[in-house]
Amino acid sequence: MSMTFFIPQDTTALALGSDSVALTMASELKERGVEGEIIRNGSRGMFWLEPLLEVEIDGSRLGFGPVKSSDMPSILDSLNSRMKNTKSVNHPLFLGEVSEIDYLARQQRLTFIRAGVGDPLCIENYQRLSGFVGLTHAIKLKGQEIVDQIKDSGLRGRGGAAFPAGIKWQTVLDTVGEQKYIVCNADEGDSGTFADRLLMEADPYQLIEGMAIAGLAVGANQGYIYLRSEYPVAHKILNQAIERATEAGFLGENICSSGSDFFLEIRLGAGAYICGEETSLLESLEGKRGMVRAKPPLPAIEGLFGKPTVVNNVLTLGAVASILEQGSKTYKDFGMGRSRGTLAVQLAGNVKCGGVIELAFGATLREVVEGFGCGTYSGRPIRAIQMGGPLGAFLPESQWDTPLDYESFASIKAMIGHGGIVVFDDTVDMAAQARFAMEFCAVESCGKCTPCRIGATRGVEVIDRIVKNEDRDNNLILLTDLCETMEFGSLCAMGGMTPFPVRSALAYFAEDFGGESPREN
Amino acid sequence: MDKRTNIDQIIEHFKSVPGGLMPLLHAVKLDVGYIPDDSVEQIAKGFNLSRAEVHGVISFYHDFNTSPTGQHCVQICRAEACQSMGSRQIEAHAKKSLGIEYGETTKDGKVTLQPVYCLGNCACSPSIRIDDDIHARVSAASFDQLISELRSPATTHAGGKK
Repeated sequence: MSMTFFIPQDTTALALGSDSVALTMASELKERGVEGEIIRNGSRGMFWLEPLLEVEIDGSRLGFGPVKSSDMPSILDSLNSRMKNTKSVNHPLFLGEVSEIDYLARQQRLTFIRAGVGDPLCIENYQRLSGFVGLTHAIKLKGQEIVDQIKDSGLRGRGGAAFPAGIKWQTVLDTVGEQKYIVCNADEGDSGTFADRLLMEADPYQLIEGMAIAGLAVGANQGYIYLRSEYPVAHKILNQAIERATEAGFLGENICSSGSDFFLEIRLGAGAYICGEETSLLESLEGKRGMVRAKPPLPAIEGLFGKPTVVNNVLTLGAVASILEQGSKTYKDFGMGRSRGTLAVQLAGNVKCGGVIELAFGATLREVVEGFGCGTYSGRPIRAIQMGGPLGAFLPESQWDTPLDYESFASIKAMIGHGGIVVFDDTVDMAAQARFAMEFCAVESCGKCTPCRIGATRGVEVIDRIVKNEDRDNNLILLTDLCETMEFGSLCAMGGMTPFPVRSALAYFAEDFGGESPREN
Repeated sequence: MDKRTNIDQIIEHFKSVPGGLMPLLHAVKLDVGYIPDDSVEQIAKGFNLSRAEVHGVISFYHDFNTSPTGQHCVQICRAEACQSMGSRQIEAHAKKSLGIEYGETTKDGKVTLQPVYCLGNCACSPSIRIDDDIHARVSAASFDQLISELRSPATTHAGGKK
């Protein structure tokens, strides 16, 4: 009886000790003389179960988690007795068939369908699971036909701005230029987001495939992945994936004998949040300070080094691969309103069962948080949810029934952004969170425009005065005024949306801001 | 080989790479441990830029420190998801137990403390990064444990976890 063991090597699993689990398993197998292969897979995105040990046996894929090194002997014992007689596994960490775990079974995975299934760097495994089928289709199509498929799918940018991807591509295709670029924005800086990271660590070829398809579509032969330096594991995996994909002919000269070239390179960021903003990212790629550019000109017309450039998020480019594989109609059939396809929600913060949850647009925030999160990690009641990263609004319970759809969130002055959900329990001090939003903006502002550069610093001071009850009424007016100036006077979303968390904290959690009726604890 | 020669070689490698200044600065940092002030002129010359332009890029990014750090860099995530799980307490504990503020290095030269805004490990917060290793669900006690491992003489390589 041969067994294959899967132990993840993504950032979260490693951060929870999966390396030592793998080492212990290897030595335990050796000691017992048991034949078994250990594959370091990516994570399934059920981070609350990490390290999640999976065992392939008799065509089943059985899960145990979260495991520690010291659990290895008892897990092997339980597998041994399963083989001998009972056919069932008796172990406190046994989770049953992994694909049937409720958290996973209730998802609608398109982009993350392969995540965690096998060795992320094994090209054969990727192809066995329909990988590079989309690229093979794309090679037979004209650029315009590929762009049409993306337009038909209704795919919108997953980075946060939700701009229709097909329209962006059309602009690049229509712009005359010998040199065009595909740039992947992998500067996933929003707190509470890790879906880009998971895709890059668990299924890197999908991103590579999506970028190559984009290159064929618009006529670009050079791609860059702008990766944040905070992701050392993704960096290592992506580098190896690019090397192997190049060796296998999916990147480089004459990809898949198509007659087209596509070269791909990773460029590391250097710890600046603002470089997730696409024009600042382009400046940084050019080797400059990451200062935001005024638009127009659009990057699609004058982007990297002044050339027509597609800038898309990791998940947008990942979705491209599945759209070209399964057809635009399949993708479009998921979702609601103008938000088509699936959204990779990232459930994070003070939550028991955090992870990546890929669902068609339209589920409500409450359905995700209560249906998947299983309550707070601390066991206390949820008080506030911040959706969409540090520039997203804090939502009180009255707003949790909003469906996850770009327009529905915009209508309550909130945003889905990159899909990150951060849960706070009732010990949170919302005035401190509002202050932090301003402080973060002050630290990370590129400094180009005054409302953001100066406004954020003044914002911290004004909030401090409000909390201390210094000239409260006037300072409240000042804060409202300041928020308005930042919202309408800033060049990009950094200064323009920092007021969202501040104003929502003040509007829905006013009792935390001092005053005559301080919050009772 | 002295520092200058090394930097010259790195410049030679990157000067014709499009947008090569960022990868160059990463390479210098990897090689020297920081971006020496006296390398600015050298880099500027190699890239046909003014010293001000090179200084401008270095000073824009948190990663490009211009003075040496301790043997290990310990970064504490300050972002919202980690805050919701008590990172403010970890932050205070770290500063107190190490006796340093952000940007400073302990007297024994072992640890430099830095803030970081998100390590992408937000489902298992609070998170810290020690060199290239990320640690999840950190408590004051596990923080102390990790630091004592860094300080123990048995730790011979960066990170010390593997």
